[in-house]
Amino acid sequence: MKEIYDIVIIGAGVSGAMLAHKLSKYKLDIAVVEAGCDVASGATRANSAIVHAGFDAANGTLKAELNVKGCAELPKIAEQLDVPYKNNTSLVVGFGEEDERTLNVLLERGRNNGVPGLEIIGKEKLHELEPNIADSATAALFAPTAGIICPYELTIACAENACINGCEFFFDYKVDKIECSDGVISVFAGEREVKARYAVNCAGVHSDEVARMIDPEFPIKLIPRRGEYMILDRAEGKTCSATIFTVPSKEGKGILVSPTVDGNLLVGPNAHMVERDDTSTTTPGLDEISTGARRIVPNINLRAVITSFAGVRPTPDTDDFHIEPSAALPNFLNLVGIESPGLASSPAVADYAIGKLAGMGAELIERGDYNPFRTTDGHKRKPFRELSDTEKLELCKKDPAYGKIICRCETITEGDILDAIRRPIPARTIDMVKMRTRAGMGRCQGGFCSPRVAELIANEFGVSLDTITKRGGESKLLTGKTK
Amino acid sequence: MNELTTKTLTCIVCPIGCQIEVRLSENGQVKDISGNTCKRGYAYAETEFTNPTRTLTSTVRCKSKSERFLPVRTSAPIPKPKLNEAMELIKTIDVSAPIKMGEVVYADFVEKGIDLLACKTVEE
Amino acid sequence: MEYNMEKKLVVVGGGPAGLAAALEAKRNGISPDDILIIERDRELGGILNQCIHAGFGLHMFGEELSGPEYSGRFIEDVKNEGIGYVTNSMVLSVSDDRVVTFVSPELGFVCMKAEAVVLCTGCRERTRGALNIPGTRPAGIYSAGTAQRFVNIEGFMPGKRVVILGSGDIGLIMARRMTLEGAKVLRVCELMPYSGGLARNIAQCLNDFDIPLYLSHTVTEIRGRERVEGVVISKVDENRRPIPGTEEYVECDTLLLSVGLIPENELAKSAGIKLDRITGGAVVNQFNETSVEGIFACGNALHVHDLVDFVTREAYMAGKSAAEYIKNNGELDVDSEVVGAIVCKAVDGVRYTVPQQVVKFEKSPAELKFFFRVDNIYKKVNIELVSGGEVIKSVSKRSVAPGEMESIVLSAAECARLYELNSGELEIRLNKNETAKA
Repeated sequence: MKEIYDIVIIGAGVSGAMLAHKLSKYKLDIAVVEAGCDVASGATRANSAIVHAGFDAANGTLKAELNVKGCAELPKIAEQLDVPYKNNTSLVVGFGEEDERTLNVLLERGRNNGVPGLEIIGKEKLHELEPNIADSATAALFAPTAGIICPYELTIACAENACINGCEFFFDYKVDKIECSDGVISVFAGEREVKARYAVNCAGVHSDEVARMIDPEFPIKLIPRRGEYMILDRAEGKTCSATIFTVPSKEGKGILVSPTVDGNLLVGPNAHMVERDDTSTTTPGLDEISTGARRIVPNINLRAVITSFAGVRPTPDTDDFHIEPSAALPNFLNLVGIESPGLASSPAVADYAIGKLAGMGAELIERGDYNPFRTTDGHKRKPFRELSDTEKLELCKKDPAYGKIICRCETITEGDILDAIRRPIPARTIDMVKMRTRAGMGRCQGGFCSPRVAELIANEFGVSLDTITKRGGESKLLTGKTK
Repeated sequence: MNELTTKTLTCIVCPIGCQIEVRLSENGQVKDISGNTCKRGYAYAETEFTNPTRTLTSTVRCKSKSERFLPVRTSAPIPKPKLNEAMELIKTIDVSAPIKMGEVVYADFVEKGIDLLACKTVEE
Repeated sequence: MEYNMEKKLVVVGGGPAGLAAALEAKRNGISPDDILIIERDRELGGILNQCIHAGFGLHMFGEELSGPEYSGRFIEDVKNEGIGYVTNSMVLSVSDDRVVTFVSPELGFVCMKAEAVVLCTGCRERTRGALNIPGTRPAGIYSAGTAQRFVNIEGFMPGKRVVILGSGDIGLIMARRMTLEGAKVLRVCELMPYSGGLARNIAQCLNDFDIPLYLSHTVTEIRGRERVEGVVISKVDENRRPIPGTEEYVECDTLLLSVGLIPENELAKSAGIKLDRITGGAVVNQFNETSVEGIFACGNALHVHDLVDFVTREAYMAGKSAAEYIKNNGELDVDSEVVGAIVCKAVDGVRYTVPQQVVKFEKSPAELKFFFRVDNIYKKVNIELVSGGEVIKSVSKRSVAPGEMESIVLSAAECARLYELNSGELEIRLNKNETAKA
């Protein structure tokens, strides 16, 4: 812990973590404060996991510019930081003439935004590309640059890279007060205080509240809109190969069906206004996305649902990203309203923010000892399940912990889990292990492995099993000993 | 004294779970039993109204390389009202390996002549 | 990949099915050194190790044993017979030509080609995700089996105020177990109008402790951000849809799910084995052989059983068949030529049958046994085996229920008649009218 950091980033979602990653190549002392017990605890944790091509945002908006730039850069970052990414392309599917008119509007808008390779394809080509699509689909907008990525894996990777380059993370740090004196900003969470010369507000769904902590007149209001999703078993992962949208409405990009980079099938989201942190799912909501999914793929096997979840989007009333210094405090940078396509845009959002910081006077000098990789040893070791038989044999010889399978649905070994527990940002909860290794994400949803994962965490940190939580706070797995 | 009350109970002695009808006299004496399909069921129905009993299974703390708890059970059913007392007693018991399956972990457990038995062999 | 181990018979899973299959293979002439049981847990015994309650073994041993005692007897036999086994070992793949790979901390990565494989992989529990219960996603939601492991093996309580969804046997057993350990089990909700568990478990696990059972009720919402704070329970209509207006909020810190078991068949799928849509297990013939030659299946991996005794018997059949297959170089019966097959169909109130087909030899067999489940509760029915329109066998039952597995046996004479009729089909059905007259 430093007396005064150069920069404090509030929020470790994809925006904050990407910014920390990109800033860590400079000679800067960086702190990241995060309200949750892990990175990617808010909107980043639960969204469509899509790298949008960039035809949705209105021409001339910051959102449009950063989306197209980010979409082009993200695959390179993913490769550098060992994050699975797939350029699976996307299709906006139209049903009839009215929809087709909208597709042409999107095509035109996309071209103006600079999205490469967009084209409208006819029914025949569409059904050739996606045989399971509804017969009533008549045309589609094809975007060859769109892709899929795991949003929290990307965020974890960025944070880990920042961490090994000296960036410090503070978790369970729910900012409740911000003060500034003599040009030094103090960010408080109860009794805790972090001081820095510059602060960047990446607080996602709470970013307008954070902005108002130093400027009660901050004009942008976020309208939290919840999106519900369902994840289908991997057996259904090949239902479609591209991400399939229907034509957008005022409420959002509509319900989509998409493979995930891990091979599952994702269905959702709807869009309903809720309280900011209300990530509960509802019966009507799940019915709604089921209906929406069936409209795209009528024979979709919804019995293969393995889990459902919801995320809350930080939708601004201005309909654009806001990346500007605070009117009240010149060394405080606000990133507000970074909703979808915030994931696709994240590299460009970070670059834009860095440009602003430079403009605000921050000194950005590249350091000589920067490590561009995920670990101090370079690239991250592949998970056991992705190795060839020969590689498995060799790894088990070297480290017997890789011969012990803990999560049998996803073939995750004790070695993989210990690796997650021992990373720069140590996995201390069941969900942290799950997000880093996929242990518990399979069809049994942790029924078999969670007691064992809890035991590994407890042993590693030398604590009793009944102190282990699902995701920090009061989310303890157990309520005490039997005897 | 001819008034009989009829009570129905589910037999628990085997997985079939027969519905047994028991007719009781006013002073609670078992007068007639029907619906059972075996002798064990008859015996169960008889005691269920006079002295209901249950086999108790639980675990006791165990010092060994592999197990922290040893599964145990009573060698015979114990009176049902004594289940809570039995659970309290179990909390006080500690055992150490080696233990053989069937070994007496605690003699005269709750009732004289009824033992608490180890349900598992723990070698070291 | 080079083979780095040699075994004739690989038994995947060291639970009750695997132990019995290995023992029976040995009894039928396979050398114990040629057998390998591969168990993923740290010890043999399977899920019975955590089923510390009594009630196992009435059919096999004529006494009521606890789970560890039941499996303990077979473990002792396996050890005494010198049958090979490895623990902490997880099978990664089984191919259609019986190449098996597994890993363990002790042996590392092992690859071998077996002459026969018996899949005894058991089953897993259905999850909240599969039910798609809406609400928040807090800690405190467990399958009954996970809770059972925490309480019985680890010695920890998963909660203090508990609602149980589903009246399957594990849920009922856990209601009693957690009550005895000091938790308050508030209620058990069952979606169906009847319980999925054994009647005696309702009596001794719920009634003994005054735990109410709510039939035709389900959990329609989970509340609580970090830990479960409560659940909303609703009554359901005859189509199992929640009835608006019947919602009731119950404060609790734990929701246990006992909503069904699913045969574990990822390995079977990887080997290209044909699965039965209803049972979730492999399609097998009377020898418990799957659609892939030389690979056999039994126990809960084949179809979910109520009683371990029947798992053991089924595993004996699979183990014996695998032994015959190895000894006869890939034939199940050397004395008789295969002449055809009979497809077994579940109709009129019967949900499934195991086996799903009968391999027909020149000689008719001494006995054929079928296991099946019904689709609803029926009183006074006849179970009929019908081929080519003729009722070969009829057995009357006072009542049948989906929660209880039924079986029916064809005698030598009845098997002969089945062969004579030569229809290629055998139906198992319930006759609900016939018995009314009888």
